[in-house]
Amino acid sequence: MKPEHAAAASDAQPRLILQGIRKVYPAVVANDGIDLRVMPGEIHAVLGENGAGKSTLMKIIYGVTRQTSGEMFWEGQPVTVENPAHARSLGIGMVFQHFSLFETLTVLENVALALPGNPDLADLARRIESVSTRYGLPVDPRRHVHALSVGERQRVEIVRCLLQNPRLLIMDEPTSVLTPQAVRVLFETLRRLASEGCAILYISHKLDEIQELCHSATVLRGGKVTGACIPSAETPKSMARLMIGKDLPACVHTAGQADGEVRLKLAGLSQASPDPFGTALKDLQLEVRSGEIVGIAGVSGNGQAELLAAISGEIPLSEAGPVQICGNQAGRLSPDQRRQIGLCFVPEERLGRGAVPSMALSDNAILTAAAAKGLVKHGLIDFRAAKAFASECIERFNVKCGGPAAQARSLSGGNLQKYIMGREIMQAPKLLVAAQPTWGVDVGAAAFIRQQIIDLRNAGCAVLVVSEELDELFEICDRIAVIADGRLSPTRPLAETSVEDIGVWMSGMWPGAESAPAAPSDQSTSDL
Amino acid sequence: MLSFKLEARPEASRTMSYLSPLIAVVLTMLGGLLLFSALGKDPLEGFQVFFLNPMRSWYGVSELLLKAVPLMLIAVGLAIGFRANVWNIGAEGQFILGACAATGAALLLEDVSGPQVLLAMIVAGALGGAAWAAIPAFLRTRFNANEILVSLMLVYVAQLLVSWLVFGPWMDPDGFNFPQSKMFSDSALLPMLVEGTRLNLAFVMALGVLVVGYVFMHRSYLGFKMRVAGEAADAARYAGFSAKRMVWFGMLAGGVCAGLAGMAEVAGPMGQLTDKVASGYGFAAIIVAFVGRLNPIGIFFASLLMALLFLGGEQAQLYMSLPASISKVFQGMLLFFLLGSDLFINYRLRMRRTLAKAGA
Repeated sequence: MKPEHAAAASDAQPRLILQGIRKVYPAVVANDGIDLRVMPGEIHAVLGENGAGKSTLMKIIYGVTRQTSGEMFWEGQPVTVENPAHARSLGIGMVFQHFSLFETLTVLENVALALPGNPDLADLARRIESVSTRYGLPVDPRRHVHALSVGERQRVEIVRCLLQNPRLLIMDEPTSVLTPQAVRVLFETLRRLASEGCAILYISHKLDEIQELCHSATVLRGGKVTGACIPSAETPKSMARLMIGKDLPACVHTAGQADGEVRLKLAGLSQASPDPFGTALKDLQLEVRSGEIVGIAGVSGNGQAELLAAISGEIPLSEAGPVQICGNQAGRLSPDQRRQIGLCFVPEERLGRGAVPSMALSDNAILTAAAAKGLVKHGLIDFRAAKAFASECIERFNVKCGGPAAQARSLSGGNLQKYIMGREIMQAPKLLVAAQPTWGVDVGAAAFIRQQIIDLRNAGCAVLVVSEELDELFEICDRIAVIADGRLSPTRPLAETSVEDIGVWMSGMWPGAESAPAAPSDQSTSDL
Repeated sequence: MLSFKLEARPEASRTMSYLSPLIAVVLTMLGGLLLFSALGKDPLEGFQVFFLNPMRSWYGVSELLLKAVPLMLIAVGLAIGFRANVWNIGAEGQFILGACAATGAALLLEDVSGPQVLLAMIVAGALGGAAWAAIPAFLRTRFNANEILVSLMLVYVAQLLVSWLVFGPWMDPDGFNFPQSKMFSDSALLPMLVEGTRLNLAFVMALGVLVVGYVFMHRSYLGFKMRVAGEAADAARYAGFSAKRMVWFGMLAGGVCAGLAGMAEVAGPMGQLTDKVASGYGFAAIIVAFVGRLNPIGIFFASLLMALLFLGGEQAQLYMSLPASISKVFQGMLLFFLLGSDLFINYRLRMRRTLAKAGA
């Protein structure tokens, strides 16, 4: 075959072939004999749980890391991708889950920085505008990145890739930061790209999205290919079985209690953010009662971090009244004082905040459980008690690790999350506040954690869950509210709302919201 | 083609963290041999004079321990702060203030005899050092002023203060106008441990502080909090450990220990206050703390090593007519090589064979 010579033949030529890709890290085999084939114009899903080896595989294709063994063919030619610049010159583009944009620069400057050479800015601005209108990705090149919503930032990343005319676009968990409505727009763009012959590798663990968007799918589990399928011919259930090797576990969720005592009350919480690009909180009102789970939905960066820090006490308030915990005016209390009156808190960042990376799990138990579990006596640490508590937590929450002496950083994200959830839940809190409780946790463990939260509620605890995963909130919550641009919507019982309604609310437009809607992610306003 | 690449280790190497000070010591000795030859001296003779002569006799060993006392005292105090990322660089000044305060107590209680004099001097010394360390702690917690700069600059203020004292109000009237205080009374001098040497009770005090430091760092809740603050500031905030309290405690621990060392110096080998009271112990102790891996056991050995460099430098002046700065050169080499080998705690060197690519 001579693909370079005949355009017609190049259509039948797979754009990318991987054969027997194997990647060995010092401690783990991340990829083990992976075969993959992507045709031009195909949207190909790579499906798998966290730790299945998806990201490693994409890093190999994009030249971030190199395979230990195995072959890669690009348009029929064997190729070794040296680095991302080499990948881009071949025609491979990648949009990462975590954006790499400079907040203080404009869209135009950010794009220019990623291009080789020294592009003419005026010309580049015109190209950005033409690409963005062509693919339905409105972005104003003159705006500063810090003023953009997360959805808009993703557009900048995509436009930046498209400017280099990629023939293969890798999208890593692109919808995790988008509202349901923004997901629709993204899918339209991807379909248009594919119809023009661009191949797309779409990495996700969201089965319904893959079913809707992708032409074909390769399923990974434990670094190996466990199956290939045509998503439209499958059900989410059958794909889940391929992905986790068993049926999707479901939570037992009965109705919550509606008349418990108020354990958390936000009474007009307003707070400026210490971060210049943060979100100020504006007059938040909320009640969380004993025996119920209240969820707060919203696209990240809309004030969740500030709200959580105000509740946990990591950023103390200037007044005591706006945050009330178990009947105490707690606004000016420190995190450990709030813990003593019954609050337990699971932060979004596990490593470095929820746990000290270099310390053993038993030492990390002391971090928050010192008082509740009596791990300190006369100012001295009772290491035996700490170790016993850590072991119990490891066992009860099925944490895969090298025992209580293992360093926190040696655990996978999901296992560390299980450990931290366990550490907080086992202190039998009166009020549990959890941020992204199952983010990055595999499906089986996520169901387990959700069940633990529900059990805790059944035991009379008040629970507040802040999450970007609507599915999760709809699975476990009794009532739900939305945070957008630092404002909090009223709560709705779950039965009286739907994913679509909440999706609209996530743009700041709920009944009774102030007239100026809060920076909706789909607006393409110019700042002129 | 062979090329070398520094590669991050998946986990910090424990072995390397203990090996690194030993490598630094060996490299310092090798560097010393080169230095001696470059200066036209016989390197082997130099090595003998510098590293072996000081330990030739029991008296030499006792002098070594005597020199090590202030180093281990100061280094333990500093290590407590350093573990919490509190960078007290001004132990030299806190040492001077401790010496001044202890001298003040000694002069005040000139006519009193009995152990209460020494006790008062110990308390005064500790408080003097603590007061000097409280200044950067206050400025850091109140105005977020960098404690490295403030504590360092206060060293020079302390030096001027001690000069003023011994040239002015505290100058010994019978001292032929030398800048020094009166000699202390016997009650204000630390009792000797071994007859015929200058090794005194301060050595026992230093060992006691090492033990207390060890228990504090490895067993106490406060020590745990400080370790968390040093290793993950966000986790400390999440747990509710007050960052301000950590700064205060870290600075004061260093100040108290340096003040005690200053007291031990005037009540020990010097027996009076002079303007040369601090001969670089406060700065050398920073190196001691790091060579000792911020661990009291390590600090014990590192302070002996540093004391040897001090004594070796004196020997080299006497017998090889090398300049006094030779000690400082060795201290510098030790720190330099330590920092260099510490890189390999978190990184490793990988040899890689790269193929020359055509048209690359």
